[in-house]
Amino acid sequence: MPTDGRYDYALREPRLPRPVDTTLAGAAIDLDTRLGMYQRLHELRQFEKRAYDLFLQNLVKGTSHLSLGMEAIATGFGAAMRPDDYTFATYRGHAHALARGMDMGQAMAELLGRENGVLGGKGGSMHLTDVSKGMMGSYAIIGAHLCVANGAAWSAQMRKSGQVAVAFFGDGTTNIGAFHEALNLAAIWKLPVVFVCENNLYMEYTPIDVVTAVGNPAAGRASAYGLEPVLVDGNDPDAVFLAARTALARARAGDGPSLIEAVTYRSGGHSRADPGKYRPEREVSAWAGRDPIPMYHQRLLGLGTPEARLSAIERQVADAVDTATEFAKAGREPGEGSLHTEVYADGGSKWRN
Amino acid sequence: MTVRNIAQAINDALDLALAKDSDVVVMGEDVGRTGGVFRVTDGLRDRYGADRVIDSPVAESGIVGVGFGMAVGGLKPVLELQFMGFSYPAYDQVVNHVARIRNRSRHRFSAPLVIRIPYGGGIGAAEHHSESMEAIYTHVPGLKVVVPATPYDAKGMLLAAIEDPDPVIFLEPIRLYRAVKEEVPEGWLTQPLGEARVEREGEDVTLITWGAMTKETREAAVLLEENGISAEVIDLRSLVPLDIETLTESVQRTGRAVIVHEAPRTGGFGAEVAALLQENCLFDLAAPIRRVTGWDTVFPLKRSEHHYLPGAARIAAAATQVMEV
Ligand SMILES: Cc1ncc(C[n+]2csc(CCOP(=O)(O)OP(=O)(O)O)c2C)c(N)n1
Ligand SMILES: [Mg+2]
Repeated sequence: MPTDGRYDYALREPRLPRPVDTTLAGAAIDLDTRLGMYQRLHELRQFEKRAYDLFLQNLVKGTSHLSLGMEAIATGFGAAMRPDDYTFATYRGHAHALARGMDMGQAMAELLGRENGVLGGKGGSMHLTDVSKGMMGSYAIIGAHLCVANGAAWSAQMRKSGQVAVAFFGDGTTNIGAFHEALNLAAIWKLPVVFVCENNLYMEYTPIDVVTAVGNPAAGRASAYGLEPVLVDGNDPDAVFLAARTALARARAGDGPSLIEAVTYRSGGHSRADPGKYRPEREVSAWAGRDPIPMYHQRLLGLGTPEARLSAIERQVADAVDTATEFAKAGREPGEGSLHTEVYADGGSKWRN
Repeated sequence: MTVRNIAQAINDALDLALAKDSDVVVMGEDVGRTGGVFRVTDGLRDRYGADRVIDSPVAESGIVGVGFGMAVGGLKPVLELQFMGFSYPAYDQVVNHVARIRNRSRHRFSAPLVIRIPYGGGIGAAEHHSESMEAIYTHVPGLKVVVPATPYDAKGMLLAAIEDPDPVIFLEPIRLYRAVKEEVPEGWLTQPLGEARVEREGEDVTLITWGAMTKETREAAVLLEENGISAEVIDLRSLVPLDIETLTESVQRTGRAVIVHEAPRTGGFGAEVAALLQENCLFDLAAPIRRVTGWDTVFPLKRSEHHYLPGAARIAAAATQVMEV
């Protein structure tokens, strides 16, 4: 049993971000895509900041898990995916839902538990789902949805639809059995599926290195399933977009699954109740300096985009978030009746009671 | 004596057990440095070291499987699964191995481990974080299943569970962790598993419950009293083994029973209690036994929680109906 320094959290070195890869400015990504990603980054950021404000006003009920700081991953993938591709996300799923085009008002209303929410106020923050947008659910049981994504990928293969299933999950998730089952299944069946590990360096409150056999929880396991290790900067939308494009094309071409590890950091705590104090100050501030949004702003300016264009996008997003908030607040609370609906195919639950 | 809430009482019990017996280990997600999601294991890692208060990866099947092996090897693991909804990946280990190894080994060895599972509604997080699936554990031969509802019981029953030669599923009502405080003696104490607790004596109707529902049931008894109905309230605290004698004696006296639980109705443990009572004292009953339960639906979000969970009014109404028969 390890009793060495691995367990001494005080001696643990902070995990600092790598510097920005400035060569990515020259990547072959057209400006419209980039501006779209810029807008998306802002949508995810401003939406979640608003959600947090509403929580402080006691309007968002229950727990929720924010992706603040991690938006580049959902953004990069959202931009690279086809509208009919499948997304499977976790309880930390607001960003992925919005990145697939879930209506912001309906999403906000769902967080508020209102009847006009995307799930009628029955799913809440942890279960955002919108089948019409290919957002096939947010799953709050660690690892479960990786296997599910395989099944959806299999169906796409059988229907020859060319769709790809993408499963997003955390670093901690690489240590549960379902992760390993899912990767092996995808590999032996050569399924059109992409596994995306959002490595934010923490499994809840525990640093991932303390509980993981390899330094890179996903990339370090890829070879066990005959896959290439793919490690990308999860705070750079361009890096994520390029990795996504490659993996999606590979899946669509029938060349099987990919496993991508996108290294990132959440700027806040694990969930609403968590101030995140277990993280070294130096680590938190270093990552704050690698926030994807100011970096991308600089990159777009460097590519010749006028400041006015970027600030217009920011204003437009701010308006959209305000509108979404008003829409959400205007919604009614679901009545007692909604408790008993949709348990069985007949639409109810009554025959059992 | 010190005033303790349930979370503190459990922490005290673990502290005593770790101090007394070097075979005791605590394991679970975030239980070490952080003290667990509910901070129930706070400070234990500092006192007993990382080899005995173990931060595990997210891997419930692994946690219980390893715990099982530790128990087989002579250790006394106390495992924490963060929420009942996360215990299902470990259910296979529990049902197929932990519960059966005594029988399968023809009594040559057993798995005397304790699995602590915070459970039940009231924190506004829906589904996996709120549900009460005790019946999936009471259904399994070989397991003991207990649910303390007071700090004294939490401490005494956890120490009894650690001493127990059989595997114990130790359910902790999340809503009560910090809601109930009382004086609890310092030092080692055990509350035997399998004894119900008569929480309030009464003559007209027996209200039977466990876990967080003890609070609402107690409140219902007060409402009933205002209407001239004297309700006896019994907290089962141990579902398996079940203290059917105490229940039978009470219902024989009152002739009426209402069973209250927050789990869904169909196949809930209340059905088992009702069946046993009618086997034992059908002819003493003046009215059919009634159940007041959560609904047969998915545990909802915070806004609908109060519609789902039985409240004092719903319990009192059922008891009043039973009285009118
Ligand atoms: C099977 C299961 N066990 C435990 C939990 C509780 N839990 C919720 S999030 C989490 C940590 C997951 O960490 P990671 O995969 O890194 O995702 P992150 O939250 O960092 O995005 C845990 C243990 C759960 N949801 N499911
Ligand atoms: Mg993580």
